[in-house]
Amino acid sequence: MSTRDITVTVNGAAHRHAVEPRLLLSDFLRGTLGLTGTHVGCEHGVCGACTVLLDGDSMRACLMFAVQADGCRVETVESLGRIGQLNPLQQSFHEHHALQCGFCTPGMLMTATDLLKKYPLATDDEIREGLSGNLCRCTGYEHIVAAIRAVVKERT
Amino acid sequence: MKPAAFEYIVADSVEMAVASLAQAGDAKIIAGGQSLVPMLNFRLLRPSVLVDINRIPNLAYVREDGGVVRIGALTRHHQLETSPVIARHFPVLTEAMAHVAHLAIRNRGTIGGSLSHADPAAELPMMALLLDAELRVVSASGARAVAARDFFRDALSVDLAEDEIVTEVVLPKLPPNTGWGFAEVARRSGDFALAAVAVTLTLSDGKIAQARIAMTGVAPTARGGTEAERLLIGQRLDDGVDSDVIEAVRAATEPPTDLHASAEYRRHLVGVLAGRALAAAWGRA
Repeated sequence: MSTRDITVTVNGAAHRHAVEPRLLLSDFLRGTLGLTGTHVGCEHGVCGACTVLLDGDSMRACLMFAVQADGCRVETVESLGRIGQLNPLQQSFHEHHALQCGFCTPGMLMTATDLLKKYPLATDDEIREGLSGNLCRCTGYEHIVAAIRAVVKERT
Repeated sequence: MKPAAFEYIVADSVEMAVASLAQAGDAKIIAGGQSLVPMLNFRLLRPSVLVDINRIPNLAYVREDGGVVRIGALTRHHQLETSPVIARHFPVLTEAMAHVAHLAIRNRGTIGGSLSHADPAAELPMMALLLDAELRVVSASGARAVAARDFFRDALSVDLAEDEIVTEVVLPKLPPNTGWGFAEVARRSGDFALAAVAVTLTLSDGKIAQARIAMTGVAPTARGGTEAERLLIGQRLDDGVDSDVIEAVRAATEPPTDLHASAEYRRHLVGVLAGRALAAAWGRA
């Protein structure tokens, strides 16, 4: 199987690997780099669990091939904070009980990171619209909206 | 769900992309990939070659050029959504873009890809019809222009040969005294439309001189150019929209039944949405 050498800067560190062209970015992050914070749910762009930032913009990691990220910058949920040093968005999720099983959480956090950057999120409707591409099967949306609302209030 | 193996070619120019397409019999172009990659992951498609056009320079732009606005095929949905040029000349398109999928998909998906894919419930084919877009199509043997009204043939089927790609979408600026309306119902914000309608009304002497109505989700392709547009000529909508106009909109549809909605529901819905969109356009004209 032919492979291709790629260099991807993930969470600030350059990684050089030979990959098959059909390797999804989500599998590259999890399988090749061992960054299992990015979750894989549906693998066809519906659930949003695998959302990462590519050159600063949120993207579905299951709808891209790792080769396409050659030379790009990827941020995963591991870039946000650490245990004991959560970033403000993670801290707000913690305080508002915005996660139950936690499976959707990495995608919710990365999506919210991009939403906070690009939209005023002046109303809860706007937050809900922004989150509509991320499924939480515990259906804990209320707390997730509240957590993001608190971050929006904090920044204004 | 993992794709079958394929050979991967990074095109650094349109010429290289179309030459690669001409060489391999079953090659596919990958732009944003937001519709293509799910089909690859499901193995509904197993092309032997993928030609990646994401690194072609100068193919993502929105620029004014006299009486038209030119949009490069690689322009991402979020760029269109936030483009001041689009907001100034085609506010109806700005409104429509907010309904296109979700931010993570708008960040990656492209206008050329969406039009070439031609999902029966997508917004952009409808907007291309509404705004009388002309598509520039290139192959190894040359370039041609095709009007949006001739481009969409059937569900997921367009006037594009296997060795051709869309490189640019040209929108003529709207005439003065034009109002617009957009109305959509989807199960969830960002989902494909159960039905959506976009309209423009151009007034002359206080009456409708030109009406354009386009819809999506209610036929194998986006639909425009219906009898309803002709019925509206010369009318005023101060007292609402005549029922014969709404019925003409409904008559132009062939809605599908699926688990989200019945054909009957969609046909009813598209009439209601047309009424709302026309009322909004009248108010803005």
